[in-house]
Amino acid sequence: MEYCPVQYPDVYNQEISDNKAVHIYFAQAIPLIAYIDESCLYLKEKKCRICEAVCKNDAIDLTQKAEKVDIKVGAIILAPGLEPFDPSVNPEYRYGEFENVVTGMDFERLLCATGPYQGEILRASDKKHPHKVAWIQCVGSRRVTPGENSYCSMVCCTYTQKQVILTKDHDAEAECTVFHNDIRSYGKDFERYFDRTEQLPGIRFIRSYVSITKEDPVTKNVTVRYATPDEGVKEEEFDMVVLSVGLNPPDHFENLSEKFGVELNSHGFSKAILSNPMKTNRPGIFVSGGFQGPTDIPESVFSASGAGSQCGALLDYRRGKLSTERVYPEERDVSQEEPKIGVFVCHCGANIGRIVDVPSVVEYALTLPNVVYSQEQLFSCATNSAQEISDVTREKGLNRVVVAACSPRTLEPLFRDTVREAGINQYYYEMANIREHNSWVHSREKEDATEKAKDLIRMSVARACCLEPLQEFDLPVDKRALVVGGGVAGMNCALSIAEQGHEVHLVEKEKELGGIANRLHYTLEGMDVQEYLRDLLGKVYEHPLIHVYTDAVITEATGYIGNFVTRVKSSKGLSEIKHGAAVIAIGADEYKPTEYLYGEDERVMTHLELEEKISQDDEKVVNAQTLVMIQCVGCRNEDRNYCSRVCCTHAVKNALKLKEKNPEMDIYVLFRDMRTYGFSEDYYREASGKDVKFIRYEPEDMPQVEPGKSEDGRSVLKVTAPDYILGNKLEIDADIISLAAAVIPSAATKEIAGLFKVTLSPDSFFKEAHVKLRPVEFGTDGVYLCGMAQYPKHITETINQAFGAAGRVLTLLSHDTVVASGSVCEVNESKCMGCGACASICTYGALELRETKQGKKAVVNPVLCKGDGLCNSMCPTGAISLKHFTDEEIMSEIDVMVPAEERMQKFKTAVGDV
Amino acid sequence: MCSGRVDLPHVFRAFSNGVDGVFIGGCHLGECNYITHGNFHALNMTLLAKRLMERIGLNPGRLRIEFMSAGEGIVFADVTNDFVKEIKELGPLGEMEGINGDELRTRLDGITKMVPYIKIMKNEKLGTPLQNLDEKDTLFTAEEIDRLFSEMISYYIDPEKCQACMTCARRCPVGAIISAKNQIHIIEQDKCIRCGSCLEACPTKFGAVTKLSPGESVPPPPPEDQRAVVRKGKKADDS
Repeated sequence: MEYCPVQYPDVYNQEISDNKAVHIYFAQAIPLIAYIDESCLYLKEKKCRICEAVCKNDAIDLTQKAEKVDIKVGAIILAPGLEPFDPSVNPEYRYGEFENVVTGMDFERLLCATGPYQGEILRASDKKHPHKVAWIQCVGSRRVTPGENSYCSMVCCTYTQKQVILTKDHDAEAECTVFHNDIRSYGKDFERYFDRTEQLPGIRFIRSYVSITKEDPVTKNVTVRYATPDEGVKEEEFDMVVLSVGLNPPDHFENLSEKFGVELNSHGFSKAILSNPMKTNRPGIFVSGGFQGPTDIPESVFSASGAGSQCGALLDYRRGKLSTERVYPEERDVSQEEPKIGVFVCHCGANIGRIVDVPSVVEYALTLPNVVYSQEQLFSCATNSAQEISDVTREKGLNRVVVAACSPRTLEPLFRDTVREAGINQYYYEMANIREHNSWVHSREKEDATEKAKDLIRMSVARACCLEPLQEFDLPVDKRALVVGGGVAGMNCALSIAEQGHEVHLVEKEKELGGIANRLHYTLEGMDVQEYLRDLLGKVYEHPLIHVYTDAVITEATGYIGNFVTRVKSSKGLSEIKHGAAVIAIGADEYKPTEYLYGEDERVMTHLELEEKISQDDEKVVNAQTLVMIQCVGCRNEDRNYCSRVCCTHAVKNALKLKEKNPEMDIYVLFRDMRTYGFSEDYYREASGKDVKFIRYEPEDMPQVEPGKSEDGRSVLKVTAPDYILGNKLEIDADIISLAAAVIPSAATKEIAGLFKVTLSPDSFFKEAHVKLRPVEFGTDGVYLCGMAQYPKHITETINQAFGAAGRVLTLLSHDTVVASGSVCEVNESKCMGCGACASICTYGALELRETKQGKKAVVNPVLCKGDGLCNSMCPTGAISLKHFTDEEIMSEIDVMVPAEERMQKFKTAVGDV
Repeated sequence: MCSGRVDLPHVFRAFSNGVDGVFIGGCHLGECNYITHGNFHALNMTLLAKRLMERIGLNPGRLRIEFMSAGEGIVFADVTNDFVKEIKELGPLGEMEGINGDELRTRLDGITKMVPYIKIMKNEKLGTPLQNLDEKDTLFTAEEIDRLFSEMISYYIDPEKCQACMTCARRCPVGAIISAKNQIHIIEQDKCIRCGSCLEACPTKFGAVTKLSPGESVPPPPPEDQRAVVRKGKKADDS
């Protein structure tokens, strides 16, 4: 790379900085291997060949040609992803014309430590830090101009908020302004995130359409014209303008469609099959992620895992045929040896290396007791570097390995595996986090950061000396699954699991399956929900491997991953169900409003009740002169600080249906932000076109409802709402009022969470293991999640997630055994006084007192122990200890934290051991 | 590992190594990564540690606990900077408190030795999550801590009654009972954690262990050459 003479714009960094023809695609690319691209002088003009000459390993072959390979497969998943919208299609955005107008993607790279300026936000014109930055929302989205997209791109509101927060992170004094239309914080925890952004000092959210008018010829600052209700039209200058560009379908989508014979929708995305959005018109070809339409990370993960599960249903008979079992070398017994530690210090590209003086850290590590070897690595996690660690460990006879790199959260499993490959116990591995805890936070204090890296490594080395080899153990896996909740989520999940040959017990608390979908009749896209349900119910009842329990109550749930026992009281009587995995799909409830005369006046109803009446052609509803919908009832407030996600679409859907039945009806929708994200935006536009009136209100100025008489003497409900455009009050005589009642967590949530020992989010929906990366799993092993129990969502989203959960369940059930961690608690009986303090606080039930000859003693069930170590600090005598986090190990780090030479003379010796 | 794993001795050890401030970071209360809500335990432990620090003359401001999520980098940085500032204002450990290093170390050593006893007495409180965070400052009071030390009970083995059966010694969780065959057993008072296991273990027919009220002094053990046990039963048989 050093020698390559070609300098050309780096595509990965949005062409802001340069790259070489020989390069690594980006810092975390997999595989992390250098390659040569088309800009190579030799490939273009048969010149140069310098790299070939300097490569010591003869690894460069400039004669390689693209090859055609035939691969026979049983199923195909199309996951081509999305493309950012290119704002140069519309000259009004001034992208490419004004130097300091960038896209959200450009800005994303500027923010990044591996970006063009190593994480410095710099302007293109003068390489100075912008202080005053504006974001413009809905660039390329929600527009009918040619070349732009009519749909909402779903992710831009929240990514902008993230960029604002990070900008403030870079420069606490930065002034950030976001020009927006509706703020669409419809995702889980997004509302809180928006609040957090809005409350930062120096942040303005301005609801206005804008135009970019001019660039200052000298300062290159950019002027934006916008309007506010108070001040009218005004112009303001910014150092930098970020266009929050939306998402386009993948490049060459026509090509893709033609090649695979799959149909597209009018926007160029895969044409959705409503009952199964991962399917295409061609059996055996599935889609996942952005090809379904603009999407956020969790939804991409749902459909990825879900499409995988459907391939599983097709190809289950071949499961495991191509896999080979991994064989590790035999573990060397090093317990009698003195610690011989190797320290590997990672540059993480520039992430660490640019801040920390890595060579001096390596040198320092060699001076530490028991360290016999140390070296630096560019990326320790790269395949070749990990191999190097294994090889060196074996060659040098190391018996402990310390890698100083990033957070153990991501890569500890990889390095444990590396150590295992070297033939020593994987718990002889220790990680010093010199990236997140050091170089990333001390980027401006390079010398101090280098000293801190040494401190962290010294502590890790001390701890490494105390480490003990631990054994993980195999638990058998019961091949059956339990699905709690028989709604759309539970049924789809059960079917997908059963179709892959596993017995499923489906437990529903009501007399009938179907859940809240029983109250839905049609969707915005035209799906007949009741027909869909009948079909689904038929499949569930007919499936020989699915056992349905209705009218069911779960009385007890015990056990652990692979080996649960759940007791159910149902119309079938008492049943004891043994299962290896459990899926929580208990759905959600509808909030019973106390606002707007609900429950007092029968003309006030919820959107679900309205839908019911529309489907029955209820005369009062269908023949109403005026109907008012009020959005955000019971959420986006102090009690429930979240958006119920489905109500805006629900309102548009009902409004369109009513207009279809009675075109004369006056329909008003009183909203705070219309959150018709994704393709629903087209229907919002259609409703506006059909004269449905959308009127915005602010939470400080809520609509008022009271009974009264209209001018023509009709008995009506008088609705008063602010009119921000005319600046006065609007009075509507309504015959019917429909409330967007919040989606609230199911009443059974707390009980089910307790039974299956899973956690809840602040809003009391179930909390997934990781909101982005593990959205269908719980932190509790062997328990999975789908549907509205996780967060409100539409039917198609629920189906995606249900299949997604099934995919994860199958990953567990297709194995015969599962490995349990070695880091669990153990009791030293002679120290245990049998007080039971440990057992009383262990909510996992991993501890119990047993009578022995020496009185009561605590006993650990290692399978249930999750390694939180709470019991350790409760124990008065230190009788219970969490392996891998023992007092000795923790104290060893505390003891070397302050280097001996720095410690005050008076503190020569430490306080005695516990 | 949960923040609830952080233990009193860890904190005291850091101070005794000359650290000027100790910061404990936990997840937001009510948002547990496990299902144990151990961060409440960490909070209780911190509150107790602060009182104990006060007792030995250390400024409790040198120990701080804060709750935040992994996504709140800015909060973490702010809190850290603020704490560092606060500690710098407090100055080096011991100096502002007017305690010299040896003395401080002795006091920390002393309080660390008391941890098992303190836990036995306060475990119920330590293990009960605070329902109302306004009660933070009153969960443990200085008077309560004083009482813990002034009202300390003791256990004592009556040399007249001890039959040297070793039962109590085997049961003692901290090995504080000197026991040898045919030798009267003796509780080493400075090792004893006052858990009462010996009292419970001593066979009722002997009833040799007694619980002494606070203030009652423990009689000195018999001299080593007078510790041979007098077996009541056997004596009767022999005669």
